[in-house]
Amino acid sequence: MTGFILIVIAALFFPGIILRTKSIASGRKGPGLFQPLKDIAVLLRKGSVFSISTGLIFRIAPSVALISVAGAMLLLPFSEHKAILHFEGDFIMFAYLLALGKFFMIIAALDTGSSFEGMGASREALYSMLVEPAFFILLATFAMFSSYTSFSVIFNHFYITGNDYVFIYSIIGAYLFVQIAMVENSRLPVDDPKTHLELTMVHEVIILDYSGFDKALIHMATNLKFALYGSLIYNLLVPAGWNTLLKIGAFFGVQTLFAVIIGITESFRARNKMNKNPKFILTLTTIALIAFMVILILTEKLV
Amino acid sequence: MNGRRYLEIRNDSTPVDTTGIPVLDYSLFREEVTAMLNRDDCHCLNYFCHPVGAGLRFICCIADDSSGLIRIFSHEKGDDDSALQSLTPSCSAMHIFEREIHERHGVRFEGHPWLKPVRYPSYRADKLSVMNNYPFYTMAGEALHEVGVGPVHAGVIEPGHFRFTCNGEEVLHLEIQLGYQHRGVESLFTETGDGLRRVLLSESIAGDTAVGHGLAHAQLVESLAGFNPPGSLQVERCIALELERIAVHIGDTAALCTDVAYQLGQVACEALRTMVINTTQFWCGNRFGKGLIRPGGSNYPLTEEITVEILRVLEEVERRFGNIVSCIYTLPSVLGRFEETGTLTRQQALAVGAVGMAARTCGIPRDTRATHPFQYYRQTVINPVLQERGDVMSRGMLRAMEVNESVNIIRGLTGEWSKMKKETERPRYELGFRPGSLAVSVVEGWRGEICHVAVTGINGRLVHYRIKDPSLHNWMALALAVRNQEISDFPVCNKSFNLSYCGNDL
Repeated sequence: MTGFILIVIAALFFPGIILRTKSIASGRKGPGLFQPLKDIAVLLRKGSVFSISTGLIFRIAPSVALISVAGAMLLLPFSEHKAILHFEGDFIMFAYLLALGKFFMIIAALDTGSSFEGMGASREALYSMLVEPAFFILLATFAMFSSYTSFSVIFNHFYITGNDYVFIYSIIGAYLFVQIAMVENSRLPVDDPKTHLELTMVHEVIILDYSGFDKALIHMATNLKFALYGSLIYNLLVPAGWNTLLKIGAFFGVQTLFAVIIGITESFRARNKMNKNPKFILTLTTIALIAFMVILILTEKLV
Repeated sequence: MNGRRYLEIRNDSTPVDTTGIPVLDYSLFREEVTAMLNRDDCHCLNYFCHPVGAGLRFICCIADDSSGLIRIFSHEKGDDDSALQSLTPSCSAMHIFEREIHERHGVRFEGHPWLKPVRYPSYRADKLSVMNNYPFYTMAGEALHEVGVGPVHAGVIEPGHFRFTCNGEEVLHLEIQLGYQHRGVESLFTETGDGLRRVLLSESIAGDTAVGHGLAHAQLVESLAGFNPPGSLQVERCIALELERIAVHIGDTAALCTDVAYQLGQVACEALRTMVINTTQFWCGNRFGKGLIRPGGSNYPLTEEITVEILRVLEEVERRFGNIVSCIYTLPSVLGRFEETGTLTRQQALAVGAVGMAARTCGIPRDTRATHPFQYYRQTVINPVLQERGDVMSRGMLRAMEVNESVNIIRGLTGEWSKMKKETERPRYELGFRPGSLAVSVVEGWRGEICHVAVTGINGRLVHYRIKDPSLHNWMALALAVRNQEISDFPVCNKSFNLSYCGNDL
């Protein structure tokens, strides 16, 4: 339960920190930390407009996306505090809950019948598909490492396995989770969330037809998803044995750092060329694969 | 050469008598023009026709970059319905002019492969030709799909429709359909007898080129009136033109960065552009230089105080722009987007008759400041900046280099100016025009060559006014440059050309 609440709190200020970092990096003062939340509040009070060419799928997709993220949050522990739901192999459930939300957003985009949204849907589907192996191989590495297959137990046992290489694995894991989160949340260098150019959009274009309340749901899901990945990173980096207050501080520290890293990345580099994106994403899989091979050797499962 | 086949004039020289232009038989005209245009150093400035009696008189102005001459060819056609053999198959750059003539006067061009509407003016010959039945080029195939963008765009820009035929992410063909604005600019010039009104119109032809078009018009009017601007006024105009070039080039660099999501380059360049346009505002009260260029004189003569301010700002802009440019064009992620994206080959540029920046990025030295000098450029040495590769990177680099070049030109010009006798007078809007004449005025705006042509009647009134913005040719260059590119790279290609919608939709 603690994990769930902390993620919700972190999601409140996460987009504000990204925005603020980018503002400061570009020499501006920037809006207040809670401006993105206020924007969502405004959207929540508005009605939605639906195109006549859309159907049921288009209307339910934002709710499904939000619920799927909330569902995934139920599976994440906070150090030794176990998740609300935990069972063997729950990380597969986690990955496919997020995938379900994305799947609905993609078919909703196709539902609009717009050529822009069709292109965006095809790009989004491709990148999600490519990033999936990276996630699973990384999780398999951790499962190997701790000999458990549930998030709650993996992270609990991470630092007490006594393995000398735990620190390296935490770092590689954190790096990959940051990158996977960037791909999954459609941020630089794979996608540019700020662009107004439909032809270069990936995620933005598939939510182009949403307005008002539904758009607020999508934004909420995105913010929660960021904090969700931030929580994964925290669990990797901070040993469960620390004092609770210190851990809560560390949790928000990790979330803030994560947001700042995203902000800085987006300030000082350009987006990838579209056809370079698959290569970029496959690199993540490769790194995960190397980590996996090494753990196989270390645990003497591979001669 | 043969003086009986054409007239030779220089940019900004005395107008010619319309009766003095030799009228050729069409087949001879075609032969002469084709031979001339097949030279790399010649391109068509303008080709148009205007009614004379019951028939039509065609005028073709061809610029020869080597000799700095403008050759004027002419032929006539009765009011019969006969078709003309199109020039386009032998010199494709003429396609747009023939389309324009066809649209406006209903003249049929036989053998023209692409006889489509250009801008749907209210006075078009075929009133049934409307946006909704524009004959798009189509391709059929299982794997192909079409993407239509516009006429309403996401950014606050002008209307234009882009029809892509794609195979997945790859663009096979792009067709650009403009003509949503129906402004009737050219006819407004001839309808009004008010000189001031015409000046204001000229500044509004394309808002981003207020100085360029304003200067082309002022130059034309002065030429028709036989007014020779004093040296100090000429220098002031050149400084204004270069300031406009610097401001737009820096703004475009910012926009290129925006399109590839490079925030640092974007914000740094935007700030610099503001500094430059604010300097123009300091001079004339308008950030885009509206009100600065007037025939016969100026309401805002340059003063010592203004030159000091211009030089101070440019000093800082040059230094800071140099810094940010070296950041932008060395950053791997930016190079990955710019290099080998949207390549226009030299062959293609020549074929579409590209002018200005689009031509110079393909190694074609078309810069009318050097080849057909006007105003004080006649006394200034201009070295056209060239790039060879014709991709987005080249167009970005060209801008960066031209900014430096323009800063140096302004430094030279202010030096000259301070030594000069200040003879700039008040503007003169009631200049009388030489009757029965044709005058041509060419100006190198920041985008490229701007050409205004006017024909006066026997009473000295304007009977025909033609405007040619560089965008007219260059839109086709953009359509060719995005072939076989990813569709997601279209915005950055488009921005690298930064063509004018309203310059096309006159």
